Amino acid sequence: MAAGVRSPAIAQGAPVRVGQLTIKSGPLAQGGLLIEQGLATFLKDSGSTIGGRKVEIVVADTGGSPAGARSKVQELVEREKVDLIIGPITATEMLAISDYIRRAQIPIINLGGAEDLTQRHANPWMIRNVCSSGQASHAMGDFARKELGHNRVATISDDFAFGHEQVAGFQRVFEDEGGKVVRKLWPPLITPDYTPYIAQIQNVDATFMGFTGSNPVKFMRAYAELGVKKTIPLVGGWTTGDDALLKSLGDEAVGLHSASIYAATLQTDSNKRFVAAMLKDYDNVPGEYAAWAYVTGLCLDAALRTTGGDVSDKKKLMEALRGIALRDTPCGTFHFDKYGNIVGDIFIKRIDRKDGKLSNTIVKTYPEVSQFWTYPEEAFLAQPVYSRDFPPAKNLEN
Amino acid sequence: MWFILTINSVTLGGLLFLLSAGFSLIFGLMRIPNLTHGSFFMLGGYLGVTLIRFGLNFWIAAILTALIMAAIGVTVERLLLRPLGGNAMQQVLLTLGLSFIIADLSLMIWTGDPVRVPTPPGLEGTASLFALQFPLYRLAVVGIAVIIAVGLWLMIERTRLGAMIRAGVDDAPMARVVGIRVSALFSVVFALGAALAGFAGLMAGPYLSIYPGLDSEMLPLALIVVILGGTNSLLGALVGSFIIGFLFNFGQVLFPNLAYVILFLPMLVILMFRPQGLFGRLT
Amino acid sequence: MTAGYSRILAVFAFIAILVTLPLWIRDTFYVNIASQILIWSIAAMGLNLLVGYAGLVSLGHASLFAIGGYAVGIAITSGFDQLTAFVIGLAIILLISAIFGALALRSTGIGFLMITLAIGQILWGVAYRWVSLTNGDNGISIPARPQPFGLDIEGPTPFYYLALAVFILALAFTSRLVLSPLGAAIRGTRDEPRRMTALGYNVWLTRYIAFVMSGFLSGIAGLLFLYYNGFVSPQVLTVQSSSEILLMVLSGGSATIFGPFVGALVIVFMKNVASSFVERWSLVLGLIFVLIIIFIPEGIVPGLARLKTGFGGARRIRAVPAPSGEAS
Repeated sequence: MAAGVRSPAIAQGAPVRVGQLTIKSGPLAQGGLLIEQGLATFLKDSGSTIGGRKVEIVVADTGGSPAGARSKVQELVEREKVDLIIGPITATEMLAISDYIRRAQIPIINLGGAEDLTQRHANPWMIRNVCSSGQASHAMGDFARKELGHNRVATISDDFAFGHEQVAGFQRVFEDEGGKVVRKLWPPLITPDYTPYIAQIQNVDATFMGFTGSNPVKFMRAYAELGVKKTIPLVGGWTTGDDALLKSLGDEAVGLHSASIYAATLQTDSNKRFVAAMLKDYDNVPGEYAAWAYVTGLCLDAALRTTGGDVSDKKKLMEALRGIALRDTPCGTFHFDKYGNIVGDIFIKRIDRKDGKLSNTIVKTYPEVSQFWTYPEEAFLAQPVYSRDFPPAKNLEN
Repeated sequence: MWFILTINSVTLGGLLFLLSAGFSLIFGLMRIPNLTHGSFFMLGGYLGVTLIRFGLNFWIAAILTALIMAAIGVTVERLLLRPLGGNAMQQVLLTLGLSFIIADLSLMIWTGDPVRVPTPPGLEGTASLFALQFPLYRLAVVGIAVIIAVGLWLMIERTRLGAMIRAGVDDAPMARVVGIRVSALFSVVFALGAALAGFAGLMAGPYLSIYPGLDSEMLPLALIVVILGGTNSLLGALVGSFIIGFLFNFGQVLFPNLAYVILFLPMLVILMFRPQGLFGRLT
Repeated sequence: MTAGYSRILAVFAFIAILVTLPLWIRDTFYVNIASQILIWSIAAMGLNLLVGYAGLVSLGHASLFAIGGYAVGIAITSGFDQLTAFVIGLAIILLISAIFGALALRSTGIGFLMITLAIGQILWGVAYRWVSLTNGDNGISIPARPQPFGLDIEGPTPFYYLALAVFILALAFTSRLVLSPLGAAIRGTRDEPRRMTALGYNVWLTRYIAFVMSGFLSGIAGLLFLYYNGFVSPQVLTVQSSSEILLMVLSGGSATIFGPFVGALVIVFMKNVASSFVERWSLVLGLIFVLIIIFIPEGIVPGLARLKTGFGGARRIRAVPAPSGEAS
């Protein structure tokens, strides 16, 4: 490496400061904990270096609130003088800090699913190395129609933006391939009992669910106990069959097909290493959160290799991040589109019981999946963002 | 569908009664808005499932959980609540503070992963009725709720303790005058309330699983039930539970656009036009 | 006499510290934290009018805090200019406070607490579910802070001074109000509602005026919150948010002028500063509340004053009746 281009900071061996926006308190803290484990696993593997430089993680707890994220991102940038940011966990937090990031011109690697963060309101300082809300469910729409051969489905999902966008993505592809979404149900995020909703699911081939958090656990149990699962199989978005959730599930989840960017059973070298390390250190099968953290480490590493360890030129660092193309990661192969969103493998997983334990079997891999699926980008962006009412449901029945 | 909804309304009502009976007791006698009630519920669930993991039978775990929660309840009442002498604002501050502590401790101990609670052996199956299926355990919950309701009724109407509680509810100063140790009564009732909340938390486990945030999801439900039924009668809590059970089930289906307010609108109307609740008496 | 003077001196010192704060803090992060403390103080001062002086505990105040922000945010995004949006915001705050108060004051005591909780939840539901108006859980963002009288408040320090100006106004307003006949009447409705009625006061109307003033003050704080953060979302009007404002009042010391400020200071500090050093800050915050209850149950400000004047004498319990005491 040419010594001449190195900045003084590198020469002095000062660590790269990475600010991490996470959640350590309140109901959403579970994600924060899993991310912590994934990140620690990466740092252990890499000897706490990225791109050959020592790295220091500055953790900030947002409590999961948009205002908290806003306050904490200022702390990271203005007080802690971090070089770049990873997080925050929820899309609402990212939306709340997006314009600040833009003004502060600081690179951020984010995992909030909101479609428009990399579409109509794409932030030039952000990359998203998980799929957008609709990205994985596009693939599920295709799979449910073509491989499972479903004609009529009901959808049920948490009634907030992430749920709306997931269902929209599923519906769009499923209906474009000739299927019909005949019922759309939207229970509030906090619903003590899903029975009144499940009772409305009749006369369909399958149910697509887009639940998140602990809601898939609650929903699937009720779905199976009411006997609906036997006649109407379930397919789901990427938060429903997460490998980290399997220990909270039982027989009610067996047979669930879900589409995700990560599968713990993916047999790549890096993933086998990652899963083994997580099992050894935490007795946890990693899921999407832990994998995100690990892959984020790989992304940082790759970007810093491109810049020769330099993080002072934020524009160059951002270009390097967007130029990343990785082949062997726990999430398979991926690169980024010009909006900063991941283009990569989407796995269709099925939950099976093996040796008494639940695990996901990869039944199909969709390679090179973009957030626009197979639709032309301009036409896609010219339409409204996915929502409760878009694309319009033309086939609803009562 | 309507049939399933009807049965489910009853079973949800049973669960809600278990949830709110303790709240109602405490509120009725002590006039304390116990904002830790949801936390006690969640803590009971976590404790119970931990005991089950140690190999205990579901029902033994449930009883042990109730006892542990009773001990916690007595401690809180004696050490923290009693010195406040009935100042409601300080009670609010204290009970909210405690709920912060319980939530964060639970996160430390049990992590944030949702915990699956196994259905007690013998109740895993489904009951079939006219080609419709319904989980057996949920029916059992109604049975448990009825047993608890009858037990509480007998205690209040037929025992000396119950007579003292009734006297305390009606007129605490007068009860003191006639020699009832109202303060000891408060400890007993608060412990009983905490025990019921914890017990309910485990009973709800096979339904809801246990996860962070369950506390703040359940507290408003207990409030609604007690407000609707009336704040000083156990019968009110019972009837309120079933009304909410029906309202929730049919409301979500018939008025999906009102899903967020379907429970709070009736509560508002009741508070405005019949503040003592449907079955409360004017005091 | 001396006590009176030292009190005035203390108030001036307090304000002098706040005015010069950006000069000796310098760090823009802490200036921003200070702005947040002021914003939440104003919200808590508003709630204190109701909780402290009128003895009505509300668990729905965050919705009044948020409603003005929503009104302004919606007005701006639908094309109104900042000033018009601001006026619309004020009008909406007044309107909603007036309606909210009329509904809630059908009850007192615990009933009032429950009714405010219910209305708060309903307003939250509207903010969350009426996506076409409120943009659902993603909330509403505004592109920039306004420029009141042509002043640029985009930077942390100018914004701090705006918040401080509003804070001092609110402080002056509440301390004048408390000493005024109206303030005495409000306290009268708290302590002796029956006697007040007998004396010919309209207890309901007095409480209603207190409610609207309280909602208005908290709503103003909500406008500052919108301008500070640039957005408002349903999370701002959850029960958790309402109880936070309530906790500020109760922990700082209800029915005191500076209690809400101290409570806001503690909570904002724990959430935004201490949370960087103490991972279990939420637990610590809970412990702080419990410790307050054990040692100074009347709240930090009156509690410290009592501890300062010595431990002699029995613990004074402020003559605030339990709201349940007059449940009818």
